[in-house]
Amino acid sequence: MKLRLQISFLIALSLLAALLAPFGISSKFQLDVLTLIFFTAYLGQSWNILGGYAGQFSFGGVMFFGTGAYTSSILLNTFGLPPIFGIFAAIFMGALLGLLVGYLSFRSGLRGSYFALITLAFAELLRVLANSVEFTGGGVGLFLTYAPGFYNLQFNSPTGFYYFSLILLVISLVIAMWLERSRFGAQLVAIRENEDAAEALGVDTLKCKIYAIMIMGGMGGAAGTFYAQKYLYIDPPISYSIALSVEMLLVTIVGGMGTVFGPLIGSFVLHAVNEIARHFISTPGLSLIVYGFILIVIISYLPNGLVGLFRKTRKSTEDKDA
Amino acid sequence: MLEVKSLTKRFGGLIAVSEVDLDVAKGEIVSLIGPNGAGKTTLFAIIAGFLKPNEGEVILNNTSITNLKPHKICKQGMVRTFQITQPFATLNTLENIMIGAYANTSNKSLAKSNAERVAEIVGMTSLLYQTADGLTVAARKRLELARALATDPQLLLLDEVMAGLNPTEIDEIVDVIKGIRDTGVTIFLIEHVMKAVVNLSDRTYVLNDGKLIAHGTPNSIASDPAVIEAYLGHGAAETMARGHKT
Ligand SMILES: Nc1ncnc2c1ncn2[C@@H]1O[C@H](COP(=O)(O)OP(=O)(O)O)[C@@H](O)[C@H]1O
Ligand SMILES: [Mg+2]
Repeated sequence: MKLRLQISFLIALSLLAALLAPFGISSKFQLDVLTLIFFTAYLGQSWNILGGYAGQFSFGGVMFFGTGAYTSSILLNTFGLPPIFGIFAAIFMGALLGLLVGYLSFRSGLRGSYFALITLAFAELLRVLANSVEFTGGGVGLFLTYAPGFYNLQFNSPTGFYYFSLILLVISLVIAMWLERSRFGAQLVAIRENEDAAEALGVDTLKCKIYAIMIMGGMGGAAGTFYAQKYLYIDPPISYSIALSVEMLLVTIVGGMGTVFGPLIGSFVLHAVNEIARHFISTPGLSLIVYGFILIVIISYLPNGLVGLFRKTRKSTEDKDA
Repeated sequence: MLEVKSLTKRFGGLIAVSEVDLDVAKGEIVSLIGPNGAGKTTLFAIIAGFLKPNEGEVILNNTSITNLKPHKICKQGMVRTFQITQPFATLNTLENIMIGAYANTSNKSLAKSNAERVAEIVGMTSLLYQTADGLTVAARKRLELARALATDPQLLLLDEVMAGLNPTEIDEIVDVIKGIRDTGVTIFLIEHVMKAVVNLSDRTYVLNDGKLIAHGTPNSIASDPAVIEAYLGHGAAETMARGHKT
C-alpha cells in the first residue's frame, strides 16, 4: 500500500510540474519539444490500447490521425465549423474508421502480422485516396487560416499548444488507468495472452477488439485536429505518413507495451536520444545510425521496455500488500 | 441437459467425428474415453462452439447452440477446458481465474473474491500470485479447471485434466471434481486414467475412429469386447476370451 501511495504522490507531483512548466521554461523551443513529446506519447498510448493491451499490432495507426486531420479541416474550410466542435467530428470519424477496419479484419480472423499489414494497407489506401479526390485538396493539401482563439483550438503562443497537448496526454493516461482497473481492460489482456482461452471463458473477443480499435481511432482522430490547428497545413504524405505509424509503436515498445506510462517514458527517451544524437554528431546520417543502434539495444535487452526495468520489483512488493 | 445429435466433422478426407449421438443429464458425471486420435477433443471443440460441424446438432437445455460462438455458449452455462493447457501466461493465477469470473460480473472486487473462492476449491490458494508460465503441469491443469469453474457453469467439459499428473495429484483432482459435482455442476469429461473414469463416472461413452462404439456404466464398458478390440487391436478380445476359458 505504501508503494502505491508513493506512486500516486509521484504522479501528482509530475502533473503539477507539467502544469507549471510554462512558467519556468522561458525557451519557446523547449516548450515546443515538450509539446511534441506529449503529442507522441498520446499517439503512442492510442497504439498501446490495441497493440499493448489487446496484443493486436498495427502498422497503419496513422490512418486515424490523418482521417481526423482531414475531417476537422474540411469541416472548417468548407462549412466554417470551428475546430472546437470539429475535433469531436474527428474523434467520431476516427472511431468509425476503427469500426470499419476492425470489423473487416477481425471478423475474418486476421491476427498477428496479417492484421498489422492490413492496417498498413488501409493507411496507404487512404493516402492514395486523399491524393486523388477533390474535397481533400488532393496533392496540394489543405491550408488553414491562422486565427488564434479557443474556438479554433489555435493559440498565439507555444504555451497554448503545450496545455492542449498536456490535456490530450492526461486523457490518454486516464484511459489507460481505467483499462488497468476495468473488466474490459482485463479482457483485452486475456485476448493478447490467449485468444481461444479468452473466448472459451466468455469473452466476446471480436467485440472487445473492435472496441479497442475504435478507442484507438477516436484518439487518433483528435490528434489529427491538434496537428492541423498547430501547423495549419496538411497533405496526404503528412496525414498518412508511415513514419508516424512507426513512431507511435516505437515509443510504446521502447517504453513498455501494455503499461500506463510506457508510451510517455518511451516518448521522452526517444526524443532525448534523438536530440542528443543530433546535437553531438555532426556527420550527416551518423546521428540516425546512433539512434537506430540505441533502439536496437533497448529493444533486444529490455523486451518489456523501460517500464519493465522497474516493474519486477514493484510487482513483487504489491503482491505482498494485496 | 446436453444432447448431441448425429454430429459429423470432416477434416478434408478424414472423418474425425462420425454421426455421434449422446446425451448428458443434469447432475451426472459422464465420461468419454477412446484411443488417441479417436476424435474426443474434436467432439468437445464442436460442442463448445470452437468448430462448426459438417452435420448434426448440439442442444443445451433444449435450445440449439450449434452455430453459437464459444463466448455465447459460455454465457449459456457450458464451458470447456483445453487438453493442451492455455494459460494467460504473463498473468498470475488470480488474474487468470478472474477472467473466468468476469463472465458474470463487471465488478473487479466481486470478480476477485469469486476467483479467490474458486482457487480455494481447486486448492490453488497458495499459488494466487504466481505467474501462470511458472506453474507446474499439475498446477496448470488445476488452473484450467479453476478458470472454467469461475464462469459459474451448469455444465463443465473437462479435456484430460489428469494427463501428466502423478497418482497423488490424480487422487486430489478426482476429489475436487467430485466436490464440484456436489455443488450441482454437471460434468462431461474426457479421460485416459481408467481408475479415475471408473471412480468418477455415472456413465461412459467410448469413441473410436470418430464413431461411438460402446456406452454404459464404466464397469460394463471395461469388459465390452468392442472396447478391448479398439484399445488393444485386432483379435485382442477373442484372444482374451480364449485365455479366460483355459
Ligand atoms: N484442426 C484439425 N485439422 C485436421 N485434422 C485434425 C484437426 N484436429 C484434429 N484432427 C485430427 O482429427 C483426429 C481426431 O483428433 P482429436 O480429436 O484430437 O483426438 P483425441 O482427442 O481423441 O485424441 C486426429 O486424427 C487428428 O489428427
Ligand atoms: Mg484429445
